[in-house]
Amino acid sequence: MIQGLAVLLLFQSLGEALVQLSGAPVPGPVLGLVALLAFLVWRQRNGLGEWKPLAQAADGLLAHLSIFFVPVSVGVMLYWEPLAREGLAWIVAIIASTVAAIAVTALFLKHRLGEPGDEESPP
Amino acid sequence: MKNGLAAQLPVGLSHALEPLAEVWVYLAATPLFGLTLTLSAYIVADYVSARSGRRPIANPVLWSVLAIIAVLTATGTPYRRYFEGAQFVHFMLGTATVALAVPLARLWPELRARSATLLGALALGATTSIVVTLGAAWALGASPVILASLLPKSVTAPIAMGVAEKVGGSATLAVVFTMTTGIVGALIVAPLLNALGVRDWAARGYAIGLASHGIGTARAWSVHPRAGAYASLAMGLHGVFGALLLPWLGGWLTR
Repeated sequence: MIQGLAVLLLFQSLGEALVQLSGAPVPGPVLGLVALLAFLVWRQRNGLGEWKPLAQAADGLLAHLSIFFVPVSVGVMLYWEPLAREGLAWIVAIIASTVAAIAVTALFLKHRLGEPGDEESPP
Repeated sequence: MKNGLAAQLPVGLSHALEPLAEVWVYLAATPLFGLTLTLSAYIVADYVSARSGRRPIANPVLWSVLAIIAVLTATGTPYRRYFEGAQFVHFMLGTATVALAVPLARLWPELRARSATLLGALALGATTSIVVTLGAAWALGASPVILASLLPKSVTAPIAMGVAEKVGGSATLAVVFTMTTGIVGALIVAPLLNALGVRDWAARGYAIGLASHGIGTARAWSVHPRAGAYASLAMGLHGVFGALLLPWLGGWLTR
């Protein structure tokens, strides 16, 4: 668990370092994600199985992914005024675009991947 | 900043509470307060969400945030003071983003086999999302800071925050919009896709992960593991491509 966390922090640092060096307009942790993914795929290609401490640390963090959004979301208390003033615009935009994106993506995949077998069906 | 409640209490009681008030003033000034409040609020909200059978409306982020805002308002604690403690949780968001590589690596063989179709779906879905979002918000008179903060609302929050700041929006507004998008998607996905006759768990999961990132993905995992796996995939891909392409798009739009 601790070793896994250390590896995640190492790749996070690597991502931040790459952003600093390259000036790329990308958050550091995203480059860390890409670097770690490349490393894990390289491990797979060489027939190495999943490294347990890393899997444990990652699964542990992702099981409670929601909590990491809380501190910054509480910052909404600083923005009541613009949010309320333009409430109609952003709420309509979010509902309309979410419906459209889900429908378009799912219909495209239904068309391309075909119908599933019966055991795949939702209730 | 002194305890607002103490002033309203009867004199005797207020005297009895004085040592407590001093302890409170001390604790409220340390990072311990923000950190403890964040974890406690989340644990309660997550418990309620689990007990409700993970109903979308019992979203743990939504209710922890509302509870924390209520406590901060009642105690007159400014956000900055709260964040001094909560920043330790906030910091781990970056680490959790890196951790997304692990489930993506597990899916890598299947992802590669279907890569052309899945990338096509990503391009189509992401473009639909951006065009409808900006079109609707612009038509309804949204200001530039709201538009810039809406741009990355379908990608996972840690990335959305970074992107919003790069394109002249606000990280906090981006998180509010991202969370709202997640909750809206989780609420509507099942009735919408049933009505459209999409029965494949892969297609259903991928669509919700693409449109509604982590909250949609959590929803998909709770319904079917195959939907969850494809949702994680879509969320991860949308995050990576969003991080790479949205700052460029934002710069071009605001030129």
